[in-house]
Amino acid sequence: MEEQLLDKSVIETGEMVLNMGPQHPSTHGVLRLKIHTDGEVVSKIEPIIGYLHRCFEKHCEKLSYEQIVPFTDRCDYLASMHMDHAYSLAVEKLLDIELPERVEYIRVIISELQRIASHLVAVGTFGLDVGAITPFTWTIRDRERVLDLFEALCGARLLYNYIWPGGVSHDLPPKFLERTIEFLEYFDPQIDELNNLLTTNKIFIERTADVGVLPPEVGINYGVTGPSLRGSGVNFDLRKNEPYSVYPNFDFDVPLGEGIMGTLGDSWDRYYVRVLEMRESAKIIRQAIEQLPDGDVHAALPKKVRPNAGEVYGRYESARGDVGFYIISNGKNIPLRVKMRSPAFCNLSVLSEISEGWMISDIIAILGSLDIVLGEIDR
Amino acid sequence: MTSIFDSLQITFSGLNLDLMIVLPAIALMGGTVIFLLMAVNALVAVYFERKVSAFMQDRLGPMEVGILGFKGGKRFWGGIGQTLADAIKLLVKEDILPNDADRVLMILAPFIIFTGAFLTFIGLPFAENLVISDFNIGVFYIVAMSSVGVIGIILAGWSSNNKWSLYGAMRAAAQIISYEIPIGLSLLLVVLVAGSLNFGDIVQWQADNRWFIFHSPFSFLAFFIFFISIVAETNRTPFDIPEAESELVAGWMTEYSGFRWALFFLSEYANMLIVSIVASTVFLGGWLSPLQMFNVLPEAWLFLDGPTLGLFWVFLKAIILIFVMMWFRWTFPRLRVDQLMYLCWKVFIPFGLANLFFISLWELLF
Amino acid sequence: MTFSEITDHIESKTSGKISLIEGKDVIQVTPDNWLEVATLLKDDTSLQFDYLMCISSYDKGNNKTYGAAYNFFSVQLNHYIEVRVEVEDGTSIPSVAGLWRAADWHEREAYDMMGLHFENHPDLKRILLSEDWEGYPLRKKYTEPDYYHGMPVPKDKSYWD
Repeated sequence: MEEQLLDKSVIETGEMVLNMGPQHPSTHGVLRLKIHTDGEVVSKIEPIIGYLHRCFEKHCEKLSYEQIVPFTDRCDYLASMHMDHAYSLAVEKLLDIELPERVEYIRVIISELQRIASHLVAVGTFGLDVGAITPFTWTIRDRERVLDLFEALCGARLLYNYIWPGGVSHDLPPKFLERTIEFLEYFDPQIDELNNLLTTNKIFIERTADVGVLPPEVGINYGVTGPSLRGSGVNFDLRKNEPYSVYPNFDFDVPLGEGIMGTLGDSWDRYYVRVLEMRESAKIIRQAIEQLPDGDVHAALPKKVRPNAGEVYGRYESARGDVGFYIISNGKNIPLRVKMRSPAFCNLSVLSEISEGWMISDIIAILGSLDIVLGEIDR
Repeated sequence: MTSIFDSLQITFSGLNLDLMIVLPAIALMGGTVIFLLMAVNALVAVYFERKVSAFMQDRLGPMEVGILGFKGGKRFWGGIGQTLADAIKLLVKEDILPNDADRVLMILAPFIIFTGAFLTFIGLPFAENLVISDFNIGVFYIVAMSSVGVIGIILAGWSSNNKWSLYGAMRAAAQIISYEIPIGLSLLLVVLVAGSLNFGDIVQWQADNRWFIFHSPFSFLAFFIFFISIVAETNRTPFDIPEAESELVAGWMTEYSGFRWALFFLSEYANMLIVSIVASTVFLGGWLSPLQMFNVLPEAWLFLDGPTLGLFWVFLKAIILIFVMMWFRWTFPRLRVDQLMYLCWKVFIPFGLANLFFISLWELLF
Repeated sequence: MTFSEITDHIESKTSGKISLIEGKDVIQVTPDNWLEVATLLKDDTSLQFDYLMCISSYDKGNNKTYGAAYNFFSVQLNHYIEVRVEVEDGTSIPSVAGLWRAADWHEREAYDMMGLHFENHPDLKRILLSEDWEGYPLRKKYTEPDYYHGMPVPKDKSYWD
């Protein structure tokens, strides 16, 4: 009997395949991870995507350039302004039009506010993923203020349809700038509070430092961009590397991961880069408000968008990374092909590389630190 | 020290009834009291937890549901009927058993967990002479009974036929059994000094000398080892890895719903109350008044020190400890499995053993 | 480096392997030469295109020719290039997933949506659509199926009413 128990053919130990998702609290949407585990340790992980595929690119083949904007809104629903801005930049590049200064400044203010809002969700849900619930409610509370600003701006709180090719839909409402300044005054101390509660928490550091280290060259090879790559210490930010809009006029830093709590490029670094970026965004907004010129925001709106035949690849630094729109026009008012390069798509593809050998709990932490949005991955 | 059981027996013995009738009657009465206590405790503790979490998170918590039209205050104590409504909802909810689950074990598991919590109350002192049955091995009995629950957890996780449940059950088994050891070591220290396993004697020792937490540096340390370990024992954040909502969906109770899930809930909060009362009895002087230590009260106020308010002091201390546990839950992230095990086996157990050794020396020297 | 410098450099290393499209800053490469050019783009010290941003598949509209546009960027040297590879239906493009891991998922997407085949891809299967989907939706001649697993596909508004 004893020999039988020890015999491996009677008691088998083997890999277990665990399906995490599509319905799971921590996959940030309908992502499915097929995890091969040996006990708690993950030996292989395969992300399966496409559960939120809404045929964005197919829709674009039947819609005019202006009509695509609401669809780009819905791609990255946590940073809709960024998607609109990225798409509008690409179309404007295709149309080759000059924008009034005021539009550019308004767009920068709005985009940076959106960056704050998006990072707040990223930071809060990352806390939630490692089990801290209170930071999430705090960050959502602060994000609410940004959403209130956006509501005053265009009436919508999530899907704005505000930035259009050639301009913006409305000028700033009265008192908007004062309210924005008020928000920034309120917001700066909140970051310190968040740092006290979460960033420097011993358990949080234990859970995230040294976990899921993304070496810089691996990150670049996989096409990882945005805060996830900057967490590995790569100084790559399109606002500096390939400046668009009026970003050259502002003085701001690009926060990089330094491996303060562990190895360079670990989950904690990726998290902390986002926290620091919120401060930089606040800095940019203050400068933009100071420099904001007068003018008509609708001056450059084209009567109809009908670019000449040709292609364009527009790039934009969104909250999640490098958004690209590859637009092929054949001279009609409907694009022949719109391809969106989604940053979270590439960021997710690195997951299987950096998370093998870690435990199930760490997979959640690594996934949270990559800050994915499934609407954008699946399009 | 007399117990409720003894005094009831004495009362009934005056009626000249058959012992075969008296004993079940007394047991039934005791059981009803315990059940009511558990139910009320869950209702109050859940409400308390919701309000505590709400205030920590800049929210208001439940504000709408009232009892018989009385909603409670506008600002703080609103929605006092919420947990009652939740309890009713859980009782009338559809009870789902998965097709491939082991039906017998899955039905049995919540009752085992509930029984574990239920039986523990028998030996738990709420005040002087206010204990269902007074054992001379009270501490041992409580430690033994509170470990019964882990069998139920393993059964629940295994019988659900769900991978998340299985993970949760395995984690729970490893965690709870591990953390029994530092708990045992800390309690052993107290038993060693007081020389008795009886709660009454332990509190009497504290009345004669001083509270255990202030007895020596080692018992001070032992209290913290004990307290952190009981947080782990009751599966609460930052040690809630068996449930680990963001990792394992709901851990070992993923497949449970309705009444059976309510039993888990009831047991969880009952366990919180049990361990808090044990901690306050063993380390914080039980039904002794904290004012006693300072001797500042004028003559007329001395009833505060006496046994009349014993129940109040025990519950006050327990509620403070429960509040601290909630405070933990709403501020800390969750530990990982290996970190949790590290904490237990490489920190608490060596410290617990060293503590035991040094307290023996301390007792010899002083 | 500017576009013309990059093309001159590639021309000097591999003569006749690339062609330019009139009026556009784009390099065109035939599938046969693509892997060699790609290796050069990645490894040449003065090019160092270490970051593959995007692979956009496109349909030329003649039911025959499909293409893939590769957008590269060099994080080190801060320059940009677009390369296009066009194939007839049925022939395949060499996969560059071995050079840029980013190409793995992008090539799968191009396969999924446009039906481009990539030779030597580690795991070429559908990525966004389900495994049993028929056809390649982004091709111009694609028609939506009437039923998917017995479920009617809503094609106009009347379905919703």
